[in-house]
Amino acid sequence: MQGNTACAEGALAAGCRFFAGYPITPSTEVAEHMALKLPKTKGVFIQMEDELASIAAVIGASWTGARAMTATSGPGFSLMMENIGYAAMTETPCVIVDIQRGGPSTGQPTLGAQGDMLQCRFGSHGDYSIIALSPASVQEMFELTVKAFNLSERYRVPTFLMADEIIGHMRERLTIPDSVEVVPRKKLDPGTLPFKPGEGDIPGFPAFGEGYGVHVTGLTHDERGYPAATNPRAHEKLVMRLVRKVESARREIADYRVTNPDAEKVFISYGAPTRTVYQVLHDRPKEEIGHLQLRVVWPFPEFALSEFPDAKSFLVPEMNLGQMAREMERHTDVPVIPVPKLGGELHTPDELAKALEGSR
Amino acid sequence: MSFRDWYRIDRLPTIYCVGCGNGTVINCTLHAVDTLGWKWEETVFVSGIGCSSRAPGYIRTDSLHTTHGRALAFATGIKLARPDLHVAVFTGDGDLAAIGGNHFIHACRRNVDMTVICMNNWIYGMTGGQGSPTTPRGAITTTTPYGSGEGVFDLSALAVAAGANHVARWTSYHVKELTRAIQTGLETPGFSLIEVLTQCPTAYGRRNKLRDVAETVEYLKTHAILLQKYNRLVGEGKPVPEDMFTVGEFVRRNRPVMGVPP
Repeated sequence: MQGNTACAEGALAAGCRFFAGYPITPSTEVAEHMALKLPKTKGVFIQMEDELASIAAVIGASWTGARAMTATSGPGFSLMMENIGYAAMTETPCVIVDIQRGGPSTGQPTLGAQGDMLQCRFGSHGDYSIIALSPASVQEMFELTVKAFNLSERYRVPTFLMADEIIGHMRERLTIPDSVEVVPRKKLDPGTLPFKPGEGDIPGFPAFGEGYGVHVTGLTHDERGYPAATNPRAHEKLVMRLVRKVESARREIADYRVTNPDAEKVFISYGAPTRTVYQVLHDRPKEEIGHLQLRVVWPFPEFALSEFPDAKSFLVPEMNLGQMAREMERHTDVPVIPVPKLGGELHTPDELAKALEGSR
Repeated sequence: MSFRDWYRIDRLPTIYCVGCGNGTVINCTLHAVDTLGWKWEETVFVSGIGCSSRAPGYIRTDSLHTTHGRALAFATGIKLARPDLHVAVFTGDGDLAAIGGNHFIHACRRNVDMTVICMNNWIYGMTGGQGSPTTPRGAITTTTPYGSGEGVFDLSALAVAAGANHVARWTSYHVKELTRAIQTGLETPGFSLIEVLTQCPTAYGRRNKLRDVAETVEYLKTHAILLQKYNRLVGEGKPVPEDMFTVGEFVRRNRPVMGVPP
């Protein structure tokens, strides 16, 4: 099965019943599969007039309690940014799939890239936090889409599946389990203020049509949900909580794989370049080469770096100019060596081997 | 209607300026929903950004105050996910016709079952009086200090052309007609646009010789010409007085709709 189709299957398994999207290469197969399947499961598929409308409809649907998703790529992802900030501010669970392609601008519609890793973290204005996952196989397209829904519902935060054209269009065997874990959205206890933080700084969810009479606004708001845009303390309190509820849960959210923790040279990867790292490790069984594969990229699990206590260098192959390597540098004294590759082709094993030797 | 049934009392008074027409439009809307016997628990008001879009914040239903221009797209998501809920949108001329123009025509085309009440005051009020797509030619705004040189959107005609099932235009003077039109819109399956010409004494009036609210409402009364009368004059080849605008029901039809419970 193709990665994009596996993503759609993962969404359906996770209980997604609303999809709004706009056609864009190389993500379109996600929408096409949802268009095929959702109507048969009493779900809703709608093709909107653009990506601004797509994410808006997803957020609207989410406020009725539905698990909702959209899928896009670079140019459409850029268009979604304002309403992604709205979802962060209003604590609306939603899943945004970005099948990354070469940018900036129209760039390379049919070739892979990882150029949106900082945009997904910082793309909308203001301070906030989000969760982002990055799959490296068709199986992970399925599994991490399920996980994205559960994290989004639990933390009430927009959650991103940051895939790329290579994984999205790759065909591999997919095992779909009989059932998957589905974390339900915690409801607001009646009588509680709608934006009063509960356990983990997360308020219960007052879905529309259930008698809560809730007011939801992108303005700075108090615990009643009422605008408090000119109140400096209300703003600081709200934004600090929006950030804290995600950042203080970094260890719970983290998902990574460690290979050869005693190694001195360690590859750190996420998404497609992970495949080349596997190949290098396979080709050089006698060398002790470490590997950290990040399945959750944001919030960045800086503690994962200390899984390699003997590390002398971290090599970071990315299909961008070192977007995540920059984040890693902030968290370690061990040299972080970006191994960037642009153009849409995956790193070759030789290129990574050279980087390995160059770091000697 | 009981005032307390529909308003969020603890949010009053509103932020609207003295003499603003928006309160009249909210009152007419709530009279219409109340007359129909809708329950607040089953009704959702949605809005974008602007003075008009603050309205849902004063109403005790579930309400979504969204981003500039996108209210109809958010409302589409709500209505398709929960077709059993009543969905109505408050918007303004800038929100609906400028930044939200694309969503406007596509919501009309899809004929999503919702009622959109557009408070058209010919100006961006919240940001202090900039020109909008409905600012009349020659009108003074902060961004057209020498008089607007741009053409004007006829929002109702646009909605008719784009496929809406119900379209009507009234003014803040015509409260009874307006209330009835909103009621018809709420009852009509599919997309309904109620365009309300309304006064903004603060941002528009004081720059355009309409500073006095009573005079502006009088202007709306005397310059409104009923659609039927307008058509009769045109049919008879008689001249239509200058500066008049048509009011009334432009269309009520039964095209296929989206977002209605099966």
